[in-house]
Amino acid sequence: MDPNPIKVGFFLAIRQIIRSTPWTTGLIIFIMTLTFLNLVVVSGILLGLVEGSSKAYRAQYSGGILIKPQPLLKYIRGTNNILKIAANLSEVGAVSPRYLSAAKIEADYKKIPAPNQSTDSINTVIAGIDPKNENEATALASLVVEGEYLDLTDEDVILVGSSLLKKYTLGAIIGQALQNAQVGDKVRLTINGYPREVTIKGVLKSKITDVNGRIYMNEGWFRRIVSRSSNDSSEIAIKLRPGSDYYKVKDDLARSSLDKSALVQTWDESQGEFFKQLAGTFVILGNFIGGIALAVSSVTIFIVIFINAITRKKYIGILKGIGIKGGAITISYLIQSLFYSLVGSLIGLGLLYGAIKPYFDQNPIDFPFSDGILVATYSGTLFRIFLLFSATLVAGYIPAKLIIRKKTLDSILGR
Amino acid sequence: MIGDVAQSIINGIDLKVESGEFVAIIGRSGAGKSTLLYLLSLLEYPDGGTVSIDNNEITYYNDAKITDYRLNNFGFVFQEYALLPELNSWENVAVPLKMQGYGKKDAYRYSKQALEQVDLGKKLINLPSQLSGGEQQRVSIARAIAHKPKIIFADEPTASLDSMRACEIFNIFLKLNREGQTIIMVTHEKEFAEMTHRVVELNDGKIISDRRIEPSSTNLCNKFNIV
Repeated sequence: MDPNPIKVGFFLAIRQIIRSTPWTTGLIIFIMTLTFLNLVVVSGILLGLVEGSSKAYRAQYSGGILIKPQPLLKYIRGTNNILKIAANLSEVGAVSPRYLSAAKIEADYKKIPAPNQSTDSINTVIAGIDPKNENEATALASLVVEGEYLDLTDEDVILVGSSLLKKYTLGAIIGQALQNAQVGDKVRLTINGYPREVTIKGVLKSKITDVNGRIYMNEGWFRRIVSRSSNDSSEIAIKLRPGSDYYKVKDDLARSSLDKSALVQTWDESQGEFFKQLAGTFVILGNFIGGIALAVSSVTIFIVIFINAITRKKYIGILKGIGIKGGAITISYLIQSLFYSLVGSLIGLGLLYGAIKPYFDQNPIDFPFSDGILVATYSGTLFRIFLLFSATLVAGYIPAKLIIRKKTLDSILGR
Repeated sequence: MIGDVAQSIINGIDLKVESGEFVAIIGRSGAGKSTLLYLLSLLEYPDGGTVSIDNNEITYYNDAKITDYRLNNFGFVFQEYALLPELNSWENVAVPLKMQGYGKKDAYRYSKQALEQVDLGKKLINLPSQLSGGEQQRVSIARAIAHKPKIIFADEPTASLDSMRACEIFNIFLKLNREGQTIIMVTHEKEFAEMTHRVVELNDGKIISDRRIEPSSTNLCNKFNIV
């Protein structure tokens, strides 16, 4: 391959870039930077919505592994055995069994409601937990936004998920949230038909429905209320140490002699198909929006190179006239296109990892179902840079080729 | 082709140029001067007939071969300087040299030599926008001679210049020719044409006279004190 056209292409391109109007160059680079950010940030935020939700689900509810009863069963038989097996696995950091039951909670229950007026009550799920284990597994205490977390010795007190209180769910009507209940209030809790007066000790807030829509109380007290002597639980959340392989732990548990009533799932399996489909949809949406950004940048480069080549048609003709090969001129335009996308991408990379991502990590977007973070993996970002390069190369090549293939004399004479 | 009608612009021309000759092609507008120059310099393909250089028929070389041939054997000087605006003087001259494979140092050295030949040794790094019309044309000549071509083709190189600058440029061509350079120039200025070796006059695409002459002893540029 003759290296001279490449050398001449570089020679021409570098000078054209250096000596072109700074404003024009700046504007093109600015557009490329925006395109890059559009490619990475928009899809990254869309993915981040799901990712943020998944992260919260794993951290606040499921741990790395979630064990539930098989469908149609109420309890996980042999919970004690499972806890022992889990405790012996080196990857396991904490385990928290939960005991669930349906419950009704009433505020202002001593007040007799007027005729045709409903009582201020809601039906929900109550979870009996060991406050220490649960906090180790899901950091539940960190979610308390009002009042205090449960102590091991607490009785007759509950924690309430914020979605059960009107104060935190604006617009909720009777039946959807308690209208007049706050920390310190006494409310009536009915489990298995047995009413009991309890005090709201704290309110916790999470974007995970399974956390935010529950009431929590101490496990021992719960089991006394529902008269359950068995240790068989309704859920077991297992937190794994950082870097552990979820699937390996799941397999290790499955290979142990667990009761067949236990359904062992990794956190993502337990999230269900809905989340996978949602993530898939957001990926498609992100790619679609990114595709539009890519098309816009390609058209921009096309127009820039085309106008440049059209206005320099005569010079291109002269270059060909004095013996400069069309390939050298094409290469000079390709290098210019690459330069614009490279500099745009580098600035975009700097902004992305130096400012935007750290900002979103510190200030997640407050979406109703998740704290949206920005997902921008290095491999994904590199792939998008590759896409941008490819698109700009094609967009630079076509107009250059269109002009260069014209007859030399026609270009020189402006015909 | 003019519109849909094929018209013969050049017809029945038989022209042989010897090495070292300085040929002026003259004629009225539309006589076919520039077309003849383009045909000779392979910028235009003839519908019929041939162009041979050193007994090699080069008329129907393919595009790539013709481009290569032009690069290695021809130098061009166009009417409107035709310099790349973002390249300075030496860079404009260096482009064909680099295309021929010269390295940066050699390209710079030969460009500098060529620019010194046209008295622009002190304006190596000036951009075209920082040069006068005459200086730009001199850069254009330097670009044409830097790679030591067999033939220089010049298409009305003085047409855009005032009389004094035109004389300066013409003197450079005379000097180059005295050093043995073959030059074929289209000009509408008969006074300059009379200072070459040979004047070919065209009319309606035909040669109506082909005179070998003793170059005029009266240098028209003397009045400007240009030697």
